[in-house]
Amino acid sequence: MKLELIGITKRFGSLVANDHIDLVVEPGQVHSLLGENGAGKSTLMNVLYGLYDPTEGEILVNDKPVTFKGPGDAMAAGIGMVHQHFMLVPVFTVAENVALGNEATKAGGMLDLQETRTRIRRISDQYGFDVDPDAVVEDLPVGVQQRVEIIKALVRDAEVLILDEPTAVLTPKETDELLGIMAQLKADGKSIVFISHKLREVKAVSDVITVVRRGKVVGTADPSAPTTELASLMVGRSVSLTLDKKPATPGEVTFRVQDLTVQAANGQHVVDGLSFEVAEGEILAIAGVQGNGQTELTEAIMGLQDHVTGSITLNGNQLLGRSVKEVIRAGVGFVPEDRSVEGLVGTFSVAENLILNRYDDAPFAKGLSMSQSAMEQNAQEKIAEYDVRTQSAQSAAGTLSGGNQQKVVMAREFSRPLKLFIASQPTRGVDVGSIEFLHRRIVAERDGGTPVIIVSTELDEVLELADRIAVLYRGHLMGIVPGTVSRDVLGLMMAGMPADEALAQAHDVQGGDL
Amino acid sequence: MSTATTSAPARSASDATVRSWKNPIILSVVALFALLVFAIGAPGNDVTFRLSEENDPIVLPSIVVSAPVIGWVAALAMIALAALAILRTRSGRKIPVWVLAVFAVLFLIAFLTWVVGSARTPNVALYGLLAGSVTLAVPLIFGSLSGVLCERSGVVNIAIEGQLLFGAFAAAVAASLSGSAFVGLLAAAVAGVLVSLVLAVFSIRYVVNQVIVGVVLNVLVSGLTGFLFSAVLSEDSERWNSPPRLPVIEIPLLADIPVIGPILFQQTIVGYLMYIAVAVVYVALYHSRWGLRTRAVGEHPKAADTLGVNVNRMRFMNVLLAGVVAGIGGSFFTLVAVSGFGRDMTAGQGYIALAALIFGRWNPIGAFFAALLFGFATNLSNVLSLLGTPVPDQFLRMLPYVVTVFAVAGLVGRSRAPGASGIPYIKG
Amino acid sequence: MNPQDDRPVTPATGGGAHPTRREAKDAARQDEIRLETAAETAGGEVPPPAVPATTAGLGVGPGAEAPLMQRIMTGNALVAFLSVVLSLILGGLLIAVTDQEVASASSYFFSRPQDTIAAAWTAASSAYIALFQGSVFNFEGDTFTRMIYPLTQTLTVATPLICAGLGVALAFRAGLFNIGAQGQILIGATFAGWVGFTLHLPVGIHLLLVILAGMVGGALWGGLVGLLKARTGAHEVILTIMFNYIATNLVLYFLSTPAFQRPGSTNPISPQLDATAVYPPLLGASFRLHWGFVVAVLATVFVWWLLNRSTVGFELRAVGANPSAARTAGVNVSKGYILAMAIAGALAGLAGVAQVSGTEKVLTSGVAASFGFDAITVALLGRSSPWGTFAAGLLFGAFRAGGVAMQASTGTSIDIVLVVQSLIVLFIAAPPLVRALFRLPAPGATRAGKGGSSTSTTPTPASTGAAA
Repeated sequence: MKLELIGITKRFGSLVANDHIDLVVEPGQVHSLLGENGAGKSTLMNVLYGLYDPTEGEILVNDKPVTFKGPGDAMAAGIGMVHQHFMLVPVFTVAENVALGNEATKAGGMLDLQETRTRIRRISDQYGFDVDPDAVVEDLPVGVQQRVEIIKALVRDAEVLILDEPTAVLTPKETDELLGIMAQLKADGKSIVFISHKLREVKAVSDVITVVRRGKVVGTADPSAPTTELASLMVGRSVSLTLDKKPATPGEVTFRVQDLTVQAANGQHVVDGLSFEVAEGEILAIAGVQGNGQTELTEAIMGLQDHVTGSITLNGNQLLGRSVKEVIRAGVGFVPEDRSVEGLVGTFSVAENLILNRYDDAPFAKGLSMSQSAMEQNAQEKIAEYDVRTQSAQSAAGTLSGGNQQKVVMAREFSRPLKLFIASQPTRGVDVGSIEFLHRRIVAERDGGTPVIIVSTELDEVLELADRIAVLYRGHLMGIVPGTVSRDVLGLMMAGMPADEALAQAHDVQGGDL
Repeated sequence: MSTATTSAPARSASDATVRSWKNPIILSVVALFALLVFAIGAPGNDVTFRLSEENDPIVLPSIVVSAPVIGWVAALAMIALAALAILRTRSGRKIPVWVLAVFAVLFLIAFLTWVVGSARTPNVALYGLLAGSVTLAVPLIFGSLSGVLCERSGVVNIAIEGQLLFGAFAAAVAASLSGSAFVGLLAAAVAGVLVSLVLAVFSIRYVVNQVIVGVVLNVLVSGLTGFLFSAVLSEDSERWNSPPRLPVIEIPLLADIPVIGPILFQQTIVGYLMYIAVAVVYVALYHSRWGLRTRAVGEHPKAADTLGVNVNRMRFMNVLLAGVVAGIGGSFFTLVAVSGFGRDMTAGQGYIALAALIFGRWNPIGAFFAALLFGFATNLSNVLSLLGTPVPDQFLRMLPYVVTVFAVAGLVGRSRAPGASGIPYIKG
Repeated sequence: MNPQDDRPVTPATGGGAHPTRREAKDAARQDEIRLETAAETAGGEVPPPAVPATTAGLGVGPGAEAPLMQRIMTGNALVAFLSVVLSLILGGLLIAVTDQEVASASSYFFSRPQDTIAAAWTAASSAYIALFQGSVFNFEGDTFTRMIYPLTQTLTVATPLICAGLGVALAFRAGLFNIGAQGQILIGATFAGWVGFTLHLPVGIHLLLVILAGMVGGALWGGLVGLLKARTGAHEVILTIMFNYIATNLVLYFLSTPAFQRPGSTNPISPQLDATAVYPPLLGASFRLHWGFVVAVLATVFVWWLLNRSTVGFELRAVGANPSAARTAGVNVSKGYILAMAIAGALAGLAGVAQVSGTEKVLTSGVAASFGFDAITVALLGRSSPWGTFAAGLLFGAFRAGGVAMQASTGTSIDIVLVVQSLIVLFIAAPPLVRALFRLPAPGATRAGKGGSSTSTTPTPASTGAAA
């Protein structure tokens, strides 16, 4: 099936998410859509999948124009989509999820799940998926859930499969398996639209690469094009892939985590027996595929987790068992991973958000009474210092762009003397200009002598900032390696190999990638 | 430095759940309470439970038990079960469901024996108690089914009370004007749909907070029916408010079976419809295409949308259907229970239905039994006030509400609402 | 990865289809019926509904930058005004349709339609005139006292409405749906009443103790809900509804015990409160208006200060707008829920005091009338702001006071007031409906993209933003 997008434009109010995008997907081709976070890739695919109506433009299937009123039309036309956040009902079984919207029925509208199970088994066998139709989805590992998504598309005879950032939640090993599945699908004559911002994966599987930036197609590239060329095409200028920073001058070790274990509500040890330490003036990056205990680790340090055992000390003081407020007062700055959910109160003004965890300290409060002028003055200073683009200090924080929101969070955390700084995904969903700014601020904090912990799932960010890198896998520490280590080593560790083995193995195959 | 601090991944993650002492503690407290009140505080006399009357076609002997014996046996058994629960929890294992079920049944038997035994006349017609409970539960069951239909599709229905009340009103007026109770039944369904329509339009089309719409709708229906009652109905109640009653349909032979006969086979059409509705909603919800889509829309609407299910249309239809169900339930008040409409006559039954829905864990069968339990509590308080008991009437009337508080507070099992219940769906 | 990331992001308060971590983390919250999302998730075409917790929470209202005329045309004030007008019209139609005169005139509608219309007009207008006369100014009164008597009646009725409405509003601002004002009023009145008729204390001290007891009673009843929510994650809507019924039965039980029941009576009624335990009249003995109204004004000032100028209010608003962010910022969310419900209960308790020691002077199970439920509509109409609630309390107080007079003089049932009240709230909650009915321009139509309002210009809801 040939799929063509001609001049697709999608506006949200004044914001142009897609600006006259042209795209042709030939049958049996893997067509990659490369672009930064926020470049408009997902919007485009949602238009293609009938979830959004395009403001302008046309979609052609086999050279005939089509309009999709909803995903149903898109599916009928042979388009299937694997969403970045899986569209699976967690309490349903695999069979129920696959049947939904496409139910085989007996008389009277009664479900015939047997039929669905048979189909699932057939596809599962064909591609070696190993999926049990009667398993409840919420009990399945992420990788298997993704296969359920692919089955959903295949059951509906999809000819074009859209995979939206499919590797974001996968380990390198699972990623390899997925790339294998994609090759199989391609061999069966299916077309694949592969959306990613990860250059290596895109280069590995694509037949054609279309690069999108700020809602526009900025070029197409051959998979054999050099990585740096693709990267500069993607971000719009030549990028130095490393940040200019001086080598760390680690001082005294002030922050220690010993034998830390965090138990989830279901009893699973999401962080298991973790020990590490951070010195003043160094950045320890915590790497790992999303969902391997990073979130719980940072939250345990902040006092946001229950069922934590072990020890966390800062300057010799035990932090474990303290309330969040006490941890903050002890001088811990924290940038949470999801700023709109945990970092900011969207309906509060920028000024209020800038004192969100200092509202009851002088000079902002005297007793129970708060000082409006102190709050306003603080806001003016921080807005100027961090170049926060906002109409006024009274604007609701929710109206700011992602990058400016993150600046507000960072400005707040850096506005008090810190003994420890922790940032989770500090630049997720932030525009390039702001990323550089934020990275510089983090490095400056390190150079000022603060111990810094950065949690990131982006290897680029980890390698850029880290003096040392700790890798988490299923709540276990795979080891701590120097910041100069190769990607291969990190990849192996992220897949669950202890550091020494990974170093040895990477040494053997020397330079497998890049 | 690099690997010195590596912890041994070999250490296996123990998968023991975080131990919850909640259930063992509650069981222990309740068992102790039973020991103190039902066993030590047992009345010394015998208690008679009648299963039939002398002139019934089939006469069963009455059950006569000794209150202290039952009290002690039940209390000790409950203590044993509580001990078992403590042991299981200590060893990190789950408490089997049967323990909780048996515990609940024992408590109920012990309580009933104690409370009837303490009455001035320790003699009660068990069959009447049960049949009365079912009768009182009829509107509750319809109401909670209405809640199931709405909430399973992701719309919170606080307006059950309004649906019942408007159904009752419409049934009375239509039946009076037409002279036919069946026309009244039909009108009740239409009235329920009207209330649903407002709920659906405001909460789905205009994305108004569903709880607000529900609460306000109840006030609106109360005001509207109250106004019409005084402006129209009481002006000429002969014409507007004297509906014929629905006849009781006895199924020959089956209706003569002691105890269960009157419950199952001696009902009005509304009673039979209730059993049918519970069964149909249950089967349809879990085994039909409509049910699969309804549950999907209530759990993860976006997922349903990406598979071509029209989320808001699905919800709209479900809310309207819920109106039919609750409206019919409302007709019980004016066509079965009494003949005629009275101001605010549903008296908060809609909220008890909501409670039954939650206590029944958003499941039609669960809601059915929860409603029965609440009906039983109400009926028991009626019966006991006749028998003269030591328990203040008000406490028995409180029971459904207290039980619901325990249920939502997670002290009686875990209630998990549909994932997207209460969250409007707006297509991107 | 998606455009939402770099666009204005609406706060995902308690909701959205975040399928992963948040659910696991806030497992307890997941069990709830989620309430707070309506405004946040309202998309581009759907302006924010009047969910108080959010709309009022926005210090800078939508359209802060818009021209004055446009602000009036699209603003909340106009919608509120039109909602009232529309509701009154509908109520008037209802009165006309059920009127006997109209019915008889309509029997010859086709020969003389003007008779029907005239009769309808007379029915509706006379009812509303009676309502006005009974609530604001009695121009038929022969003395000044008689003339302004209705207004003082309005203020008297408004007193408990304002107090309880403030309680509901405050809980809204903390993200809690407090349907339980009714029960809190009852328990507050019970505590206050008991102190009032059992203890015999000197003037001044007695009344103060009565007020205090009422607040404590309400605070306990409300705080218990907060505690259960904080500890178990149970949803406050269900809890408060259940607590209302438990309170009613509890009060009935108390009134059957010797400690509460009036000696010699078999009815559930308490003895009269001591003269030292009741609010003194505010304008002399010829009016029923009592000092409770002044307390209500003070309560409004206090709630305004608490919400807008105190650290406690900052915490409560943060908890209400985004509990996750509040927790991360070191606010104790559980404490916030308990505190908010306790203060809300204390305010409802004040309403109970106004009833038991202001108007009724005895304790019965009906002492709360339906003030607790009306308080919800009052808070909604007042958009959860303290002074808005005050104004809404006055309006609904007028409806209620006037309704009594109307029922007496024209025979129109006071239930019409409930109809009008609930219609007002429904319309106000759905501004697009009102705008469509009056063909007003939609807000944001010409200002899209200026970033004046987080909700009306945000292209996609938080839920799709997270899931896209």
